[in-house]
Amino acid sequence: MTAAITESANPASATAPGRFGPYGGRYVPETLMAALAELEAAYAEASTDPVFQSELDDLLRNFAGRPTALTFAARLTEQLGGAKIYLKREDLLHTGAHKINNALGQGLLARRMGKRRIIAETGAGQHGVATATVCALLGMDCIVYMGEDDIRRQELNVLRMRLLGAEVRPVTSGSRTLKDAVNEALRDWVTNVRDTYYILGSALGPHPYPTMVRDFHRVIGIELRQQILEREGRLPDAIVACVGGGSNAIGAFHAFLDDPAVRLIGVEAGGRGKSLGDHAARFEGGVPGVLQGTYSYVLQDENGQVALTHSVSAGLDYATVGPEHAALHDSGRATYVSADDAHVLDAVVRLSRAEGILPALESAHAVAECLRIAPRMPRHAILVVNLSGRGDKDMGILARELKIAGAEALDQA
Amino acid sequence: MPIHFPNHPGLVVYLTAGDNGLHTDPQAHPAQPGNPAPRGNAAQPGDLSLTRDIALAAIDAGADVLELGVPFSDPMADGPVIQRASERALRRGTRLADVLRLAADLHRARPQAGIVLFSYLNPILRFGMARFADEAAAAGADGVLLTDMIVEEAADYLAHMRRTGLSPIFLAAPTSPDARLQAIAAHSAGFIYAISRTGVTGKQKQLASDAAALVERIRRWTRLPVAVGFGISSADHFAQVGQFADAAVIGSAIVELIERSGPGQAAANVSRFIKGLRQPALAQTL
Repeated sequence: MTAAITESANPASATAPGRFGPYGGRYVPETLMAALAELEAAYAEASTDPVFQSELDDLLRNFAGRPTALTFAARLTEQLGGAKIYLKREDLLHTGAHKINNALGQGLLARRMGKRRIIAETGAGQHGVATATVCALLGMDCIVYMGEDDIRRQELNVLRMRLLGAEVRPVTSGSRTLKDAVNEALRDWVTNVRDTYYILGSALGPHPYPTMVRDFHRVIGIELRQQILEREGRLPDAIVACVGGGSNAIGAFHAFLDDPAVRLIGVEAGGRGKSLGDHAARFEGGVPGVLQGTYSYVLQDENGQVALTHSVSAGLDYATVGPEHAALHDSGRATYVSADDAHVLDAVVRLSRAEGILPALESAHAVAECLRIAPRMPRHAILVVNLSGRGDKDMGILARELKIAGAEALDQA
Repeated sequence: MPIHFPNHPGLVVYLTAGDNGLHTDPQAHPAQPGNPAPRGNAAQPGDLSLTRDIALAAIDAGADVLELGVPFSDPMADGPVIQRASERALRRGTRLADVLRLAADLHRARPQAGIVLFSYLNPILRFGMARFADEAAAAGADGVLLTDMIVEEAADYLAHMRRTGLSPIFLAAPTSPDARLQAIAAHSAGFIYAISRTGVTGKQKQLASDAAALVERIRRWTRLPVAVGFGISSADHFAQVGQFADAAVIGSAIVELIERSGPGQAAANVSRFIKGLRQPALAQTL
């Protein structure tokens, strides 16, 4: 690595390493730079090492449960009367969401780098559970930072992490959600940088994380492409995925970036309203800025202070978005919409009752967009929803929000 | 006047601009019916008069350079003390424009002291890098330190620093290899800020042995003064740093002192603390 700066290091340059158009880069305290360089080199080496790849493939297949199914949603398709709807079933993976793809990849990389102490942040708890699982599998120490508010709303996942032997450290600063958990994980990493590996959970943060995390999730789109070609003999017309940091979406989209006929639709959290603080729709209310190491769209006030966010789903409740999505947004290759809490809750019930599949609140954002657009698409069109996770973890929230105990809301749904 | 350290060791004092400590914090003392919120709280956004008083007291007590911290919502490189100070300053409505006004005030009142604007990148980007550089230079600031700006990403920032004559101050860490130190030295002006240890800001009991080795490595690449910061909190540390570096940066220890100070006491407490750094006998009376 050369540390000399060049004109190509200008943020306006798309050719610098870790840049997606003007987005991405590395905006971190100097203390982390050596660790990021070490990580970048180790990942570059591992990603071309057949031994590493075959070990990862073996774990994905025989531990995590890949390839995941592509399910034709027959009853939902019939009810909506438009496009044929397929579900890419990342919810069927071990630990309940796509997050295990990345946790396995980075866990193996950490072991290869000789780091025995693993830290991670988590929002909904799915990345935390996946990381705790991989640490148990590989025999490594695991500390997960989680906002106090998220600990309360995702209690089941907290218990799972503890059962798996991880230490869950509550984060009480700021909004006590995902953003603050990332801050605390970064502070831990700055302090223990020499012996600690930070398994970042989304396609976010400083280079090389956005590229590396995307690569570990590319398998979603690669499988999907092959499966839909086998089933339908052609590519889908649209792929819909929810976008928090955006790891499941970029994993599903990536194999289709060069197929302009395939519409790529990311769904952000519309929360409870359009005002700053009531949602996490970065592409509607955000402007480009730097948060937690990367240049991307950030929800912020006119003074550059990062805004609070709200979503019924802890996993999408985050003020910035992966830099590759920012570039796809600006280029128009992908489009980004939002779904509000009410439509998301409705989508959970609709999918559960039409297909017998309970989606995570995060993934239900993609389902909500599917419910909106599928009826407007012709019957020969093909729409794929990336069902990134299952909703078992959300039963507490669903019970409260849908008043299942009283059953009124459900009966009216 | 360019940044200089007439005394040895030099002293750089960090203050979170707009933090008035606990006694005026609306959250620490929520207004109750019949018990109005204390004076000096969020009712007067942009009032940095207490920070100004403390800064003047610090300069008069022997600080050579003041770092004015722009509060940020997500201070990922800071420990709990400066996190709390940033939260208090933001609750009082402190904005970058207010900090620039404070810098101009201080420059007028004490032109001999160096002034460094210390910030995370995002508030600067939102303000506009060019506008920030223009207004910081017009305010009489001498330098800028951006916590999350590394040399590789700094081309645009450096161009604006050069254009306006401001000194870009970069951090150097114990983990920085020599190639990075060389680049940091090549692009810095004013002084180089050597981080004494891996970690976030905050007090510590013992000065890390990392610090002296890092300063020695930095000096291979530059004749600029080297200031050591992170964890320096006592006259002992200050004297130790003086044995191998040009200056010490004291932040969390002073911010915590302000946090603990009673109404009207912060400036006097900070003054006494700073005098005690060079005359340890005075510190005993604290």
